Amino acid sequence: MLKIATIFPELLGTYGDGGNGLVLLQRAKKRGLDVSLHSVGIGDALIDADLYLLGGGEDGPQQQATEALRRDGSLAKRLDDGAHIFAVCAGLQILGTSFAVHGGNSARGLEFVDAESVRSAQRSVGDLVVDVDGHELVGFENHGGQTHLGPDVRPLGTVRRGFGNDGRVDGFRTTVMTATYSHGPVLALNPWLADALLAASLRIELEPLASVADDLYEQRRRALRV
Amino acid sequence: MGAHVRKLGIRAIFAVRVVRVVNRLSRLLGRGEGTVIGGRVGLAIDSQLLRKLAKGRQIVLVSGTNGKTTTTALLREGWGGDVVSNVTGANMPAGHVAALVTSASTRVVLEVDEAWLVKVIRDTEPAVVVLLNLSRDQLDRANEVRQVAQRWRDGFSDLFNDSRAGVVVANANDPLVVYAAEVAPRVRWCAVMNWWTEDAVSCPVCTQPITYEGTWTCSGQGEESEFLSWHCSSCDFSPPTTVEAMMSTKAHVGSQSLVLDLQIPGSFNESNALIALEALAVLGVDFHEGLERMRQLRSVAGRFELRTWRGRTWRLMLAKNPAGFESLFHLVEGSKHDLVVAINANVADGHDPSWLYDAHFERLRGRRVWCSGERKLDLATRLYYADVEFGVSSEEELAANLSSSDPIDVIANYTAFASWYERSSPC
Ligand SMILES: [Zn+2]
Repeated sequence: MLKIATIFPELLGTYGDGGNGLVLLQRAKKRGLDVSLHSVGIGDALIDADLYLLGGGEDGPQQQATEALRRDGSLAKRLDDGAHIFAVCAGLQILGTSFAVHGGNSARGLEFVDAESVRSAQRSVGDLVVDVDGHELVGFENHGGQTHLGPDVRPLGTVRRGFGNDGRVDGFRTTVMTATYSHGPVLALNPWLADALLAASLRIELEPLASVADDLYEQRRRALRV
Repeated sequence: MGAHVRKLGIRAIFAVRVVRVVNRLSRLLGRGEGTVIGGRVGLAIDSQLLRKLAKGRQIVLVSGTNGKTTTTALLREGWGGDVVSNVTGANMPAGHVAALVTSASTRVVLEVDEAWLVKVIRDTEPAVVVLLNLSRDQLDRANEVRQVAQRWRDGFSDLFNDSRAGVVVANANDPLVVYAAEVAPRVRWCAVMNWWTEDAVSCPVCTQPITYEGTWTCSGQGEESEFLSWHCSSCDFSPPTTVEAMMSTKAHVGSQSLVLDLQIPGSFNESNALIALEALAVLGVDFHEGLERMRQLRSVAGRFELRTWRGRTWRLMLAKNPAGFESLFHLVEGSKHDLVVAINANVADGHDPSWLYDAHFERLRGRRVWCSGERKLDLATRLYYADVEFGVSSEEELAANLSSSDPIDVIANYTAFASWYERSSPC
């Protein structure tokens, strides 16, 4: 049984981010796998899940979500036990050491990753294409942040179009964390990434699942060819 | 026109002439209605042009994420007589200028882009400001909807200090609208159905969660009406305690209970009409006469219009964002017929169709949905994950593929709607 949990969708779900959970659930279900999707509300204790999803959000809610996760305290332990996190945009920043908030201040992140996010000179809004291990990630970004990774942190991939963390690389990944600035539902646009997350969480190889999502992916790649 | 223009001053008179010439040229050159470009040139010549053109007129402004164009049309019809309005839907100052140069009529109804509302209020000193709702819409351009609410609130508390200030007619059931409007000194609240609560999940006052549960009852004229109740889980932010107008089985406005009986469909349009009637009440218009005129309205800028194309009849409907789709899903519910949904992602639509995942397409299960528009694959993927039966077809082959009888409902977002309107003709 694979348990997927969307964390605080009411705070972190600005751009259709809820779609990421739906895509994972449906891709597992359509393969006949035993899977369930949950949402953790603000004020609820974190449930035991195998894959957690963090979405995007505005400064205030982002800070509120970070504080709530810090108070709860169980997410780090879940990761130690082998659970995975997939984070986008504000969710990416939360996992780092600090991020910018209103009024030029900075807030402390969860410090799971050596990644510092600051305010960018200008907002990055538009298509984002990232090279990830022979795959192209296609997505859309809309954020005012800039993220600097520590020397030991591996980015998710190299930016071919758009801004990502800093115009050169996007996101980060560890054995249990995957993060990108491509906001939701990036997994609807990139079925290969959805399957990679499912396979990592389930620790199995997945059967291919052909669908219209593949056609969409090919069309977006063609449309965004750099 | 003469007397009206004479008061403007030399610079503005020149600017007005230029707006008219540019608009005429633009039409001749086939560059569309030319309303925006003409207005822009006019404002470049005289930055105070909107203020000058607005002076001495009785102005109603309509803003909100959904229903602006329809409510503006209902007000225009309902008011009666010679009403100037930005009928092309160009709802920023350039469009307002372009509309105002076309007529000297003292009755003006303008729909206003949410981001421009405070500035337009400042320039036009309206008699009435109608606030419909606030929800996510084209986030790649407008950023966050809560910032819009905050800007409205800051603007209103500033502007409406003036005793000459107009009346705000506002939706009492939209927390973000309530937050923005409650600081205005004269507000007439309207209780209408709210189809979309997902953009007001945390309190705009204190950021704690807003709870939606139970009902709040409002009563007036011997009838009671119940609405989904909402209140902040932490502070005392909640719906206004008294409402001037409310929607139940009938529309209750002033001391009247009215059966609306509109020709345009949908309960969301009844809500728009109720709010429009309340705004007309502020202007002293008789309800019955106003409503009688509103009933003449059959379509608004092509929306809800029956059109013909490839030998079939289509009912065209416009939805631009999750809240808009939600209200149209409600309208088409119950039918098992094939449905066409058309999605583009051009500038006017917002470049990013991720909002497809915020709208509950799951509600279309049990019928076949045909995907149309430039982003038909984005839509098809959304429907695939929603377990909705779908077809992907070129527009050319669509008419032949449909198994339903006419008319066929088409729900399209902004530029996709325009394409559907162009390819079809009136029945
Ligand atoms: Zn509160």
